[in-house]
Amino acid sequence: MTVKLPIYLDNHATTPLDPRVLEVMLPYFTQEFGNAASRNHVFGWHAEEAVEQARAQIGTIIGASGKEIVFTSGATESDNLAIKGAAEFHHERGNHIVTCQTEHKAVLDSCKRLEKQGFEVTYLPVEKDGRVDPERLRAAMTARTILVSLMLANNEIGVVHPVVAIGKVVKEQGALFHIDAVQGVGKVPFNVDEARADLVSLSAHKMYGPKGIGALYVRRKPRVRIAPLIDGGGHERGLRSGTLNVPGIVGFGAACALAQEEMAAEALRLGSLRERLRRHLQEHLPETYVNGSLEHRLPGNLNLSFAYVEGEAMMMALKDVAVSSGSACTSASLAPSSVHRSLRIGEELAHTSIRFGLGRFNTEEEIDYGAALVVDKVRKLRELSPLWEMAQQGVDLKKIEWSHP
Amino acid sequence: MPYSDKVIDHYENPRNVGTLDPEDPQVGTGMVGAPACGDVMKLQLKIGADGVIEDAKFKTFGCGSAIASSSLVTEWVKGMSIEKALEVKNSAIAEELSLPPVKIHCSVLAEDAIKAAIADYRAKQQRQGAGGGGHGGNGTAGGK
Ligand SMILES: Cc1ncc(COP(=O)(O)O)c(C=O)c1O
Repeated sequence: MTVKLPIYLDNHATTPLDPRVLEVMLPYFTQEFGNAASRNHVFGWHAEEAVEQARAQIGTIIGASGKEIVFTSGATESDNLAIKGAAEFHHERGNHIVTCQTEHKAVLDSCKRLEKQGFEVTYLPVEKDGRVDPERLRAAMTARTILVSLMLANNEIGVVHPVVAIGKVVKEQGALFHIDAVQGVGKVPFNVDEARADLVSLSAHKMYGPKGIGALYVRRKPRVRIAPLIDGGGHERGLRSGTLNVPGIVGFGAACALAQEEMAAEALRLGSLRERLRRHLQEHLPETYVNGSLEHRLPGNLNLSFAYVEGEAMMMALKDVAVSSGSACTSASLAPSSVHRSLRIGEELAHTSIRFGLGRFNTEEEIDYGAALVVDKVRKLRELSPLWEMAQQGVDLKKIEWSHP
Repeated sequence: MPYSDKVIDHYENPRNVGTLDPEDPQVGTGMVGAPACGDVMKLQLKIGADGVIEDAKFKTFGCGSAIASSSLVTEWVKGMSIEKALEVKNSAIAEELSLPPVKIHCSVLAEDAIKAAIADYRAKQQRQGAGGGGHGGNGTAGGK
């Protein structure tokens, strides 16, 4: 079998829409175009029914009720709403927030904004394996802590955080617990009650649903109060005004239903494909290291450092395989990613990481093709690398005084 | 990141990759950049008694633009006198490769590498003149 190029191995950035999801969405662009808020005719009722079904499907995958789901434009908005909304509502109880250095920008920059408004934010470091230690969290929390925001699974290195143990600490200290669960839901088991989560951010396009639709879970029992960011017609229990994106919501619901049904089998399949890729690369390429815990990791994630080979050059060499590099950030800035900095990766491994994100539609043939290509290109780039040459000669790169700071 | 055709050409077919004997008194070695910054260039120039660059080799750790900048420089300086090579400006490299603003530092590094290699050569020649045996610059990152 020949593989079709280019191959998509960047499923943490976004996932393709599952054709089964598209099928369910299509009527809501045409015949079923009603506004879900139109209470007085059948067009509105149909739209509302579809939205309520999707709400239930989304709730179910995280062990919640549909009534606890607030639709947003995506997880960036959900993170903003959770953090800024909780801060605004609870600022009289305290002004301290705890998060982690390796969170998504939507969380970090929301916290930075709050710092400008007088909130104090603690950015926890991660351990060597890329995960947050609940005991560090305990030590960081004070009586003034109103919110803890920590993710389920990291978007770069794919590590899954111990959210159940973290939730226990958060509740012992009486703060609200927000989880950015974007990368983990539908990939690893997650339940809002086990994690004792109060607020949970979700995004459809990371789970084979459409782009531009997300949700914030807001706990009802006991009722969690936050302030809205967007004022208007009072949709979504007043927490998020604006006419609902019905086709998007329908697709999000369908994507959750499929993910729930197929998660166990898909996790096994992706986990074994990932291990096939990892083993091939580590067997054929010396000085290739896994970033973060291999054990506590999304099944479809592999984040590797190929020592002495710069990440962007690697991506350019792999032009038929879409991957991402920790060296180039998601944005246009070229600073090494905060995740790799937080892992305290040494000089010799800085700027050398590549993220492989395997997904539902990747085949074994694609993985084998990609693996062979990576081996070939890393070897070529090492031949070009003065650092590789020095390492082969036994020079200790740490002992060199480099000319640029 | 959109790369220019010239960057892609140099990246896919880098010219003059390799290593010259760093102990050779005729060879100047310049190593600039730092792994922590994501770019390290090593440029070596073999310089004749007449001060003309006879050979140039490079190895680069860095992105496609850094590799292309160093590859281009090896092509340019071959056959140049030391003085001419010292006049190669980063702006000319950036223009030839149509580097975007975020990649200008790659051309700066390539210019620095030429200067560092020539400085190493001159230091060696002086030591040579003073009677001492020259030691290669491999292992220290010269240049600023
Ligand atoms: C962990 C995490 N949080 C939030 C987001 C933002 O999601 P969205 O693209 O739906 O705004 C992403 C995706 O980039 C993510 O990976």
